[in-house]
Order: sequence, then structure tokens, then C-alpha cells
Amino acid sequence: MTTVSTDPGLAIAPGSRSFGPATALVCRECGQRYQLGARYACDQCFGPLEVGYDFSGGPSGAVTRQQIEAGPPSIWWYASLLLVPADAADRPVDLSPGWTRLHRADHLGAALGMRRLWVKDDSGNPTHSFKDRVVAVALTAAHTLGLQTVACASTGNLAGAVAAAAARAGMRSVVLIPDDLEDGKTVNAAVYGGTLVAIEGNYDDVNRLCSEVAFEHEDWGFVNVTLRPFYAEGSKTVGYEVAEQLGWRLPEQIVSPIASGSLLTKVDKAWRELAALGLVEGTPYRVFGAQATGCSPVSQAFAAGHEIVKPVKPNTIAKSLAIGNPADGPYALDVVRRTGGAIADVSDDEVVEGIRLLAETEGIFAETAGGVTVAVLRKLLALGLADPDAETVVLNTGDGLKTLDAVSGVVGPSATIRPTLDAFRAAGLGQTPEAGQQ
Amino acid sequence: MSVTVRVPTILRTYTGGASEVSVEGGTLSEVVTALEAAHPGIAARVLDDDGKLRRFVNVYVGDEDVRFASGLDTPTPAGSTVSVIPAVAGG
Repeated sequence: MTTVSTDPGLAIAPGSRSFGPATALVCRECGQRYQLGARYACDQCFGPLEVGYDFSGGPSGAVTRQQIEAGPPSIWWYASLLLVPADAADRPVDLSPGWTRLHRADHLGAALGMRRLWVKDDSGNPTHSFKDRVVAVALTAAHTLGLQTVACASTGNLAGAVAAAAARAGMRSVVLIPDDLEDGKTVNAAVYGGTLVAIEGNYDDVNRLCSEVAFEHEDWGFVNVTLRPFYAEGSKTVGYEVAEQLGWRLPEQIVSPIASGSLLTKVDKAWRELAALGLVEGTPYRVFGAQATGCSPVSQAFAAGHEIVKPVKPNTIAKSLAIGNPADGPYALDVVRRTGGAIADVSDDEVVEGIRLLAETEGIFAETAGGVTVAVLRKLLALGLADPDAETVVLNTGDGLKTLDAVSGVVGPSATIRPTLDAFRAAGLGQTPEAGQQ
Repeated sequence: MSVTVRVPTILRTYTGGASEVSVEGGTLSEVVTALEAAHPGIAARVLDDDGKLRRFVNVYVGDEDVRFASGLDTPTPAGSTVSVIPAVAGG
């Protein structure tokens, strides 16, 4: 279908460049097209809406590497590939997220028996998670649409990202979180001011409530509800950056965490866009998904060969991945199966081991989601599902300082002694550990 | 048995803009049938061609996601509230 519905009040006139090369919102299920605006579900079938683009034209023609490299060192480097105006970097909502390091992880690779391994470390973002990317795009859209209040349902990282970006932008924020979040995430959301509401329930309860509140407050921008098509596009910048940091080429394998399933699908979308635009060679790659066993509906569906994801009630320390009813799960399954990848899940103990392994080999302290991706990579290798000789990128989406509880019971001081040299000697702390011992 | 149905924004064209409507029905299936009788066209938005709940529709009876209950056979006691919500990925 090519009809474009013009129903929503909060929409921008067709032909405007306020949303860059984006042309419409398109239903992923039935293909119905809608004018760009604050809407997220198809009127016809309730399917999720995704952004459609036309990269062929525009004032400066097709997108080139030179055009991209002329941008600022943030996600706005890729403004010409996003649904934002060309001056997005100059807008007051900007915290300059992105351009996080792609860390060559030779020691972790050696520990896992891999030839070439990289960690895309998104803990380096302004509020220490990849959520700053999606929020930056969503708040730019909110600004364009004239919205004064932004809101979200969050598993933790998004809460801080929204509160911080809203503070910077001078907007009001209303953030809903489960009441059992880690203290680090709660404090990291509360410190920026704004309205922070702890909900007596799990993330799926929070998400449901947020959707119902959205029905009542159409003048607010719910970044991961009504602005979701915009928000989700921000995740593409992870894929763009990985490709560019590798010298404008694609890796052979990537391991992504799965919460909603959005990040995994958007990295794939980014690489397909880059290949279609001729910005990278369209070399084959395999996408792997990672979940914690205590919330593994997509992994279970993959193992069972199902196309539908059956919701579960989460119970895991990896709270940032604890979405029991992941609406992008079916699309994550599609991507993984299309590329020849796999999805696996790991226990909470394995998550902690993954966090420690990454920290002890590479000096990167990941939050639980990073522990999940590292542990799942190890599992995939053990199962023979991932190739140890293939160049691989593993995503770390957040900072371990936000989830200290996950490891505080298993790491700590090597010894507690009196402040004397005798005590230091008596504790054997001056001896060099033998190989393999710590 | 009167049940309150919370109507999402994208279905309010069928309810004359009303955000909540009351219908009779002892199960979710009966509620959907009653909704269709009162607001023709709405059932086809919520159900697929096989008469099942669409993949991207979440329906709750009270606090319970009907996928964890009995789907369209989930009882809807008198006075209960049925919420119809487009699935959104969250995160």
C-alpha cells in the first residue's frame, strides 16, 4: 500500500526536512503508511510502525562517507541517516552521545579461544548506557513536534537517559520504573530532577501502565511508546559506528543483548542500509542474540523453532533485559535466522562470571547486560554455534557501576589487615601469584 | 454482567471518541462480540482472520494479561475492567 494516512494531530507536513530523509511511518506487519508524527501502532492491525526513508535525494544528494565524516563526533555524525533535521547537533536537547570506543579485546579473545574479538563499549555514553542514543533521537523528535513533557517506562538505563536529556533540554520528564530496580539505576535517574515514579510491579506492568497513561496525555512524548519509531532508530548508530570504526566494513559476527529485541534488529538494519548505500561492502555477517535464562522468551522461541514469542514472567539479576513480553522479539528471531546466527541464554551465575571475565581480561566493568553477552558468547562457542576464527563484536550496553549488587557478593578486598608492614607480610600479599592464580 | 472496556486511542474512531465503554459479557470472547455489536468494525481490529487476538494486541482483564490466563476464554467478572493496549516493545 502506498496511501499515507494524515490522521495524527502531532505530525509534520509532507516534504518538510524536519525529519531528514525519513518519508513516512510504515507498519511492519501490513505495510500501511502514515505521516510522520507521534504514533506507534497501526490503525489497521496494531502492528508496530517503523521509519521509512528515501536516501536517494535531498538537498545534497545521496549520502556519502565524506558527508558523514563532516559531522560532529557523536551520533549526529550520522544525522544524514536518521530522521532528524540537519542541525540536530545544535539543538538544546543534545548531550552528544555516541562515538563510544570499539575496544580490541585480545585478552578476552584469548580466554575464549577467539582470533579477533572487539567490545563495543557503550558504557562511555553520557549516562553510561546505549539508551542515550535512542533518547537523543526521540527528544529531537519531541522538540520538533513541540512537546514540552517527555516520559518513559524503563528497566533502569532509559530512566537516567531520559531524565538527563530532559534536564539538558529544559523539558519536564516523567519516568516510570519498577520499584525493585538496582539502587544505582534509581539514583542515576533521580539525580537529574524530574518526576520519577516507582511502580509496584515488574517492567511489563510498568510498560502497560505507561501505555495507558499515554492514552490520557497525548501532549506528552512517551519516548518508548508514542515516539517509539523515532527512539528505536537511534539504536542504528551502534551499527553505523561499529562499521566505520572497523574501517567501513562489517564484522563477521555480532552478539547483542535482547530485551525488547529492538537493538539487535536495528544494528542489522543499519548494516543493510550502509551496504545498500554503498558505504560498506555487503559482506555476510551473523547476528547472535543473548538473554538471561530468567527472562528468555526469545531464546526459548528460537530453540523451539517458533515464530511467535510466548511472554514470560521475568526473574533474573539482568534487570535491564527483564522484558517478559518483548514486542520486537519476532523481528529479532527473523534477523538471527536470516543471518545464520543463534540465540542463547545463560544463568545468573554465568552472567556474574561474564562480568568478571570481561573485567579481569579487558578492564571493562559491564553491567549485567554486558555479562549476559559475554557469557552467551562463551556458550555459543562451546556449543559450536559461533565461529572462533570469525571477527566478532560483542556489545556492552551499560556500566557495571549501576549494577554493583550483581557482583558485590563475589568480589571484594583480597584481605583486611591492620595498618602494619608485618600484617601485610603475614597475609602473603607481597608474593607474586603463580600463573593461573590470583 | 457489565464490564468496562478501556479503549486505546487508535480504536476510538469506533467508539465516538470514548475512552471507556461498558458492555455485557462473561468471557473476553463475549465482551468482544458485544463490543462489535455496539461499535461495528472494532472486532476486526482486535482479532485476526482466524478469530484470534492479533499478535500485537495486549489485552488485560484487571491486572492479568490474558495470555497468562485463558486468552479469549478468560472470564470477565461483573465490574471488571478490560484494557486493550497496542503492544510496544519497551526497553
